[in-house]
Amino acid sequence: MTQDTPRAPRAPGWTLWLPLALFVLFVGGVAISLMLPKSTDINSQMIGKPLPAFSLRAASDGRPGLSAGDFAQGKPRLLNIFASWCIPCGVESPVLAELQRQGAPIDGIAIRDHTADLNAFLAKNGNPYQRIGADDVSAVQLAIGSSGVPETFVIDGKGVIRYQHIGEIRPEEVPLMLAKLKEAES
Amino acid sequence: MIARLLLPAALLLAPVAALADDTMPPAPFAYRQLSDPAKEAKAKALMETLRCLVCQSQSIADSDAPIAGDMRNQVRLRIDAGEDPEAIRTWLIQRYGDYVSYAPRVTAATWPLFAVPLGLIVVAAAVMRRRFVKRKAA
Repeated sequence: MTQDTPRAPRAPGWTLWLPLALFVLFVGGVAISLMLPKSTDINSQMIGKPLPAFSLRAASDGRPGLSAGDFAQGKPRLLNIFASWCIPCGVESPVLAELQRQGAPIDGIAIRDHTADLNAFLAKNGNPYQRIGADDVSAVQLAIGSSGVPETFVIDGKGVIRYQHIGEIRPEEVPLMLAKLKEAES
Repeated sequence: MIARLLLPAALLLAPVAALADDTMPPAPFAYRQLSDPAKEAKAKALMETLRCLVCQSQSIADSDAPIAGDMRNQVRLRIDAGEDPEAIRTWLIQRYGDYVSYAPRVTAATWPLFAVPLGLIVVAAAVMRRRFVKRKAA
């Protein structure tokens, strides 16, 4: 391949290799990017910022509604964004129950949900929530930078968003969530 | 036969269905235009440059995902209330980062995209100048 150009221009020898080197660098970059696992998570930029003001009506028959003021009560709480129509949320329910059993206070926001559907969901999967607000047009979800269900936020005792967990909390992630709650105490 | 044809289609749709299965009616202004054409035009222009959060390469104007409908609802309500489109864009970027906007911004991470073409033009101009000057001299 290097024999193709018998009359090389009078330039330092290494410049001949420059285009090839750039090309190899480019291919290498692409190859590495292709091999790295792709993340489609969109992280909320609201970490470290106070929860925006909101007040949501009760989403279920068994629990009161939820407002931003419920969080600034001195103790960190978990805020679970979920819905009865969301299949991973049903998978997550026993994990939330375990978190609750280990002392984590949990509030929920139900996205685009019917009261009857939610009641059935809670009856079937258990109800670890102290309050559940109904977000019928995803307004609070958008305001806190959440892009799907389920997501779980850690809100500290001053009402500041401290941590976001995207996707369902898996059983092995219970200690992580408890640690994040503890971290939010300071 | 039909079942055989439909099965792949059903399998393709299944993951989407599992994620977006809610039965709530769309938000009031998800599919309804604002009555003021000028405001609707402003809203439409903004919605075409906001990225759907769950459908990657669609704008919220193009997407039928429920959350895109809820975003359109919010955009239209805010524009109707007199809010500036760029203020709404900024509000969303404060929540989702640059991901949510299709309008390019010069930031610490993106400035090379703007600087490199300019640099290449300068280099190309310099190379061409040298060549032409050489020709003249020879």
